[in-house]
Amino acid sequence: MVSPNPTLTNHLDILESHAMFILREVAAECERPVLLFSGGKDSAVLLHLAAKAFAPQQLPFPIMHVDTGQNFDEVLQYRDWAANHYGARLIIASVQESIDQGRVADPGPMGSRNRLQSVTLLDAITANKFDAAFGGARRDEDKARAKERILSFRDSFGQWDPKAQRPELWNLYQGRVNSGEHLRAFPLSDWTELDIWQYIEREQMELPSIYFAHQREVIFRDGMWLAVGRFIEPQPTETIENKVVRFRTVGDANCTGAVISSAATLADIVAEVSVANVSERGATRADDKFSETAMEDRKREGYF
Amino acid sequence: MSTQTKDVLRLATIGSVDDGKSTLIGRLLVDTRQLFDDQLDAVAAASERRGVGDLDLSFVTDGLRAEREQGITIDVAYRYAATPTRKFIIADCPGHVQYTRNMATGASTADLALAVVDVAAGLKEQTRRHLCIAALLGVRNLIVAVNKMDKVEWSQEAFQRVSDQVHSASQELGFASCEVIPVSALNGDNVVDRTSASSWYSGPSVLEALETTHAGDPETNSQGARLPIQWVLRQNGGGRTYAGMVNGGTFHVGDTVTLLPAGIETTISALRLGGSERSEAYAGLSADIDLAAETDAGRGDMIACAPLPTVTREFDATICWFGERPMSAGQRLRLKHTTKSTPARVVSLDGLVDIEHLTVASADGLSVNQIGIAKIACADALVVDDYQVNRATGSFVLVDEVSNATVAAGMIGRPSFL
Repeated sequence: MVSPNPTLTNHLDILESHAMFILREVAAECERPVLLFSGGKDSAVLLHLAAKAFAPQQLPFPIMHVDTGQNFDEVLQYRDWAANHYGARLIIASVQESIDQGRVADPGPMGSRNRLQSVTLLDAITANKFDAAFGGARRDEDKARAKERILSFRDSFGQWDPKAQRPELWNLYQGRVNSGEHLRAFPLSDWTELDIWQYIEREQMELPSIYFAHQREVIFRDGMWLAVGRFIEPQPTETIENKVVRFRTVGDANCTGAVISSAATLADIVAEVSVANVSERGATRADDKFSETAMEDRKREGYF
Repeated sequence: MSTQTKDVLRLATIGSVDDGKSTLIGRLLVDTRQLFDDQLDAVAAASERRGVGDLDLSFVTDGLRAEREQGITIDVAYRYAATPTRKFIIADCPGHVQYTRNMATGASTADLALAVVDVAAGLKEQTRRHLCIAALLGVRNLIVAVNKMDKVEWSQEAFQRVSDQVHSASQELGFASCEVIPVSALNGDNVVDRTSASSWYSGPSVLEALETTHAGDPETNSQGARLPIQWVLRQNGGGRTYAGMVNGGTFHVGDTVTLLPAGIETTISALRLGGSERSEAYAGLSADIDLAAETDAGRGDMIACAPLPTVTREFDATICWFGERPMSAGQRLRLKHTTKSTPARVVSLDGLVDIEHLTVASADGLSVNQIGIAKIACADALVVDDYQVNRATGSFVLVDEVSNATVAAGMIGRPSFL
């Protein structure tokens, strides 16, 4: 078995440097960038890198959370802590408001709001006249993302056209757009899940507590362990179990599964991730299981 | 820098349609266990749905709907692999001529090209074209997998024939190293593990070659360190720090440097990486540099060590044209070079490159996917090196002023083989 060597970490300097380069390049070339911040580990790393790239100055752009209204409480607490810690101005774009205004249909308490986020996100980009949005997406997450440029052009409808991407040679990131169009910028494109955890460990970063092993009441549904709480009510046929779990990704509480894990520290998680045999999305995200090209289809509509 | 190989190797795959490029990458990922179980399940399910057998490994990288429907690679797929010695960033590039812009995107940052050639078909024109583009883009090292060896019963003679073609092309194009390996991507022979089928072959497997190559090692390109200034950080005490990415060599605290285009000579008084003080910063790192002299340098200026780059408004360049409408003399465009943007003009088109014969003929215009030699003039002075010496300070892109599309990739100077 060939497995990555968790002690090989000089590559983190190269990845960090490349990400900082992209953050600075977009900040210099675009008029009104914004950093999309979900409170998950990837956007936490992105915010940490942005703070480094512009220190000792303040971040030259705000951060924005697209709030589905179905988040884990621990993640919302972390979001507010992080905005304060890094001195970032936080904008909250609410999916609930989009529902209340009739921009999107209410999928009901158990329905997924994942796809609705695209509308809220695009409305907020238009309202704030943002011409670039940083995202924490990584190419190793999904086969459609594996194809996307680091600076990814969006037309005035927010659409991605995967068949006509701009050439992107060397480190020459070309960020010119016309009014109404915008860019998505992905500084973590070349990072893998293991890189993210090694970096978080190296930098001793804070994260939402649900990433670490804890006792939780869960039910087993659709092949996933779901946390019992405000968003998940057990059906009569389902059994509540008390398990030691952690979350490998952080999405909506009604569609993000926990993994059975005793990894309680960053070092434990690095060790666990380096031998994992199921991808983080496969293990934990119901929203990616719809079809072979679920991510490509959502991205075409303007998704993160 | 130590003599250790790089921790991160960037490679681009090249080769013609149907030679098995995506299958080789798929095999490399599967056999080094880079793919998760659910990703493999998804590949198997997609293969079944489209009736192409149990496990079509090309589906590992051909992720777009149109690619799977048409069975071709349209755009670069980036894949990641890690072994105990190295991390690999793999750009799996498309083969069709109309997607040359995407192949160039993948090859422009590669330390090494991994080419796949079908042993029965030999070195096709499209593969030659790709080798030429890779060489043009400054990729110096080559590994060639001669594929489908199982179909010729591992004939040494058949392998040798293709190997000779490859070595002659590699020599012509000036590659510094060229490793040719007989493989069967379908069966996994000589991809990760060596096979017993080729008793006459004693060289490395593809993975072994990738793990040990010195391609892209920092010491092979120390031609004078440069830092194109990206951003000026104002320190709380009032000082100015210049931030940017180092290329071309290593900066040390105390080095004598020249600020260009102003031409001010000074020294590096402090160096930081990600906020922490360091004594040196090598190529590929984002460094924050404090200079001894007080200057008003800004974005687009450059800090450089000797041998110094050239300050110029006009230069000859090799152009890969991607625009739908042809390029012609007199055309006005926006040019981006390092961290500087300037209006630019095509002064003259001095030749069209014939990729097949490596010759230059005269031409009136450059059509999409054609390569030419042109003289470019800029409104603002640029600080440049020849591309063959420094990829970062020798490269630029041309942008259409109206649509903002990137219409060309440019390399200052011309390659040695033309």
